[in-house]
Amino acid sequence: MTAALLDIERLQVRFGQTVAVADASLRVAKGEAVGIVGESGSGKSATVLAAMRLHPPGASVTASRLSLDGHDVRTLPDRRMASLRGGFAAMIFQDPLTALNPLMAVGRQIAEVVAAHRGLRGGQARAAAILLMERVGIGDAAVRAHHFPHQFSGGMRQRVMIAAALAGDPALLIADEPTTALDVTVQADIVRLIRRLRAERDMGLVWVTHDLALMAGIVDRVVVMYAGRVMETAPVDALYAAPRHPYTVALLASLRRDGVQAEASGAPVPPGGCAFAPRCPARMARCDTAPPMLRAGGTEAACWTLAA
Amino acid sequence: MRPWLGAIGGVLLAMTALLAVAAPLAAPYRPTQINLRARLQPPDWGAPGRPRHLLGTDNVGRDVLSRIIWGARISVSVGAAAAGLGAVIGTTLGLCAGFFGGRTDAVVSWLIEVQLAFPFTLFAIFLLAALGGGFVPVVCVLALATWVNFARVVRSQAMSLRAQDFILAAQAVGVGPVRLLRRHLLPAVLPSVIVVASFSAAQAVLTEAALSFLGVGVDPTIPSWGAMLNLGRDYLSDAWWMATFPGLAIALTVLGANLLGGWLGARLEPRGS
Repeated sequence: MTAALLDIERLQVRFGQTVAVADASLRVAKGEAVGIVGESGSGKSATVLAAMRLHPPGASVTASRLSLDGHDVRTLPDRRMASLRGGFAAMIFQDPLTALNPLMAVGRQIAEVVAAHRGLRGGQARAAAILLMERVGIGDAAVRAHHFPHQFSGGMRQRVMIAAALAGDPALLIADEPTTALDVTVQADIVRLIRRLRAERDMGLVWVTHDLALMAGIVDRVVVMYAGRVMETAPVDALYAAPRHPYTVALLASLRRDGVQAEASGAPVPPGGCAFAPRCPARMARCDTAPPMLRAGGTEAACWTLAA
Repeated sequence: MRPWLGAIGGVLLAMTALLAVAAPLAAPYRPTQINLRARLQPPDWGAPGRPRHLLGTDNVGRDVLSRIIWGARISVSVGAAAAGLGAVIGTTLGLCAGFFGGRTDAVVSWLIEVQLAFPFTLFAIFLLAALGGGFVPVVCVLALATWVNFARVVRSQAMSLRAQDFILAAQAVGVGPVRLLRRHLLPAVLPSVIVVASFSAAQAVLTEAALSFLGVGVDPTIPSWGAMLNLGRDYLSDAWWMATFPGLAIALTVLGANLLGGWLGARLEPRGS
């Protein structure tokens, strides 16, 4: 059996006393597309950053398993880690304006990734960069390669970032809110682009977003996070059709705008209880202790309602 | 900072540099030409046609103006070389400290603090006395003073740059640390390095003059502003021009570099104001 692209088990990320990720597990098989959804502060970005060992220097990361392509991310030497980044798993970010170096022509930024992973130099690397730009749908790439990030529109910048991410021909693409900073019409273009690229090269995908609606048609499976914990993980169709966790239900309801979840109004839970309980309409006495992941069909959810 | 102040600084520095380069053409006399019959002559702006000394002569009859013009070579070359060497050392250490953090940062920060805590002139005299004078030792010793300026500024900038998205994004697609430092961080800190370089050059010119004044300068046989100042000190009551004009040359060059640096600072790193 081949190793999972990404295998995270019982991940915890802390910044001093602040717990960003309390308990997250996630597995991405070869060619699989997984969405991580949750509101801001739910720990979804911290989870994927820790998986790439790109968490901020002050953060402490513990896990019972944290591996990329079967390599333990926590103990891999820096040099190996750097070649894994971009070569095996590449990551793109929310704001393509701040994520591109403003002082460097975009062609060079893509070419340096080509150089790092394919060993091409100078003119060859530049030619490869132009090809990549064409593949992500940037017209007139040979000219545009000499332009700087501020000369591109938001959508085009995101295409540049995707081109750089693809330069090392990764088996896994991690996209952290890649369309959040973009116009709705441009969002659809980027989604279409990533879907096409994934089909072309059987690439695994982790798509981090707060927008549940965007997931449909992109990912196979969804992981719902809340307060640093995985609440529910389910095949995308099952999640939309029959959400199991009250938080997922609330999230879907907020999407339809017919039942926006109130702010935390219930009594606080003791430490170790279910984090969602104060906002939960289905709260019961057992919620004072955290529920394990319980299975119902293809879905797993951390909720006592499934135990009934 | 007003642009015309920067322009004045630029003109002062350009003039000094031009004089240094064109010294053989610009100087009316050879700087080492002794004329014992024309000792301690005051500045003479008299009628052209006969030999005259615009800024007077020194105690063995050498032309002060010519010596100042030749002395510019020492000041300009030492100032530029010391600032340049300091920039290379300080920027490298500062980038590594700010980017890698941890132990690297601890070591570099410790070096900076040691350097700042040391009475530098004393240290320089000691080193030069041990090493002997000469262009290379003086430049190295001065670079020992200037690198700290670069390291401090570059370190703090590298620290804040490291937290920028584009550095994280470059790491996320596998750009290695050496490349990150050279291609992403270095260009971003370069404007500050240029500003610090002009201030450091001023500092180096001044320190070189001080070392020459104290007799541990580049080479006593080559005219240098600091050495002229030292010599003129003995004749201050009889021949004021011997010390005044070299002093003026030092002051104007240092002023020029500082004005230019201040203006560049305002132009290249707009913050606040």
